[in-house]
Amino acid sequence: MADVRVDSVSLTYHGVDADVPALSGVDLALAEGEAIAIIGPSGCGKSTLLLAMAGLLAPTTGAVVVAGEAVARPRLRTSLILQDFGLLPWKTVLANAELGLRIRHHPPEESRRRALEALTRVGLEEFLELFPSELSGGMRQRLALARALALDADLLLMDEPLSALDALTREDLQDLLLTLWRDRGHTSVLVTHSIEEAVYLGRRVLVMSPRPGRIAAVVDNPGMGDPGYRETESFHATCVELRGLLAAEGALHRGGGAL
Amino acid sequence: MRGWRRKALGYVGAVAFMLVFWELASLLFHNPALPLPADGLGQFVEQFPLLLPHFGYSTFRVVASILLGLAVGAPLGLALGRSERADLVFGPLVFLNYPVPKAVFLPVFLILLGIGNSSIISLITLIVFFQILVTARDAARSIPAASVLSVRSLGANRWQVFTHVVVPGAMPEIFTALRISAGTAVAVLFFSETFAGSTGLGYFVSDAWGRVQFDEMFAGILAMALLGVVLYEVIEWVEARVCRWARAGR
Repeated sequence: MADVRVDSVSLTYHGVDADVPALSGVDLALAEGEAIAIIGPSGCGKSTLLLAMAGLLAPTTGAVVVAGEAVARPRLRTSLILQDFGLLPWKTVLANAELGLRIRHHPPEESRRRALEALTRVGLEEFLELFPSELSGGMRQRLALARALALDADLLLMDEPLSALDALTREDLQDLLLTLWRDRGHTSVLVTHSIEEAVYLGRRVLVMSPRPGRIAAVVDNPGMGDPGYRETESFHATCVELRGLLAAEGALHRGGGAL
Repeated sequence: MRGWRRKALGYVGAVAFMLVFWELASLLFHNPALPLPADGLGQFVEQFPLLLPHFGYSTFRVVASILLGLAVGAPLGLALGRSERADLVFGPLVFLNYPVPKAVFLPVFLILLGIGNSSIISLITLIVFFQILVTARDAARSIPAASVLSVRSLGANRWQVFTHVVVPGAMPEIFTALRISAGTAVAVLFFSETFAGSTGLGYFVSDAWGRVQFDEMFAGILAMALLGVVLYEVIEWVEARVCRWARAGR
């Protein structure tokens, strides 16, 4: 259902002083149910690419096609998860999880039932009446995921969704993302600046280079999704390969990784 | 529960402090215009039946003005804050008129609308309207872009962005403006009732003043102070319910 095609997309921001080219001739194809990760130095246009795939930014040239249809506005079953989780502080856990369904005018009882199911799935069923400010970072991220699940999303677009979390919570959430992907088979695009996260959650890892953003390299990562992949030799080998590619892009300081 | 008790204790302390201060000031000035607390409060109780209708008039005027100013100012301010085009057209109009002291136009209102409720309510409404308009506009502008982006990605149209994000997000600041303008409203109420008509606490105070009836005058002043405090507490109470989220997680 949700295969994705990005056809020679270029995107230029019209700045105050000058036009800023953010993407230049990006081509990309995702099969239905595929999971990829996008990594690159800051300013490489990875977030821009994600917003274009979500239908929130219109490409200057080229097109994004999801499930056979050109994306011109936010699509019903595409779910976008942002770095700060995109939760509304004035809505309770339950109301935040229901939000997408309510906006699309689903009947209240159905919205509630689906939101409750999703919240149970991510382990938040006991916190329905709390506000986001009362949750930990990991719980907020789970809530953002629940919102996507309640919408029955078949395309999950994530912009550095775990970057604000501490290391342990982060691994916990990575496992949850992986479990959900294996169970549901949605198409998944993860933008991250963590090499390990990219290798753990992307069957293919795209390396982008900045100004203007384009895809510099694609690394196949067939071991992704295997149980205990994080501890394997090939996981580390792929991380090393990616680190080398990123260094070539100038994303790392010579003679030692900052990432 | 403990928070509630601490708050009550704070109020008791504040009242005690004020009574002591009042007592000292009264002893210092030794003037019938500033009676001792016991006498002043006694007068207030004694004058209460006489004060009550005036209290009713004043309350009606100030509450009606605040509600009117809020009903017009808040939506308009939020719309200006979210629409660059509307702001381009109406923004300068707002900023030229905001600093103008509206109270000096009381004579004009009295001549055009006559002495009575319509003049008083129009004047206070105008003042409250501008205070809330300006705050609501700034609040709407400072709504985080990520919140808007996230509901737009869920397919929200402009109206839904407004109801789910802009209105609730700006609410705490609108309540702050409301509390500040409630104080201004009572002050302008006093001023305008002094001139316009023969009802209301402002009239009661200035009339007693003119007749050199300091007991009555001071009872009226206490009633006006009470009106201000009650208004403030009501707004606080409503805010705690409407903006429960803003106090959560602290």
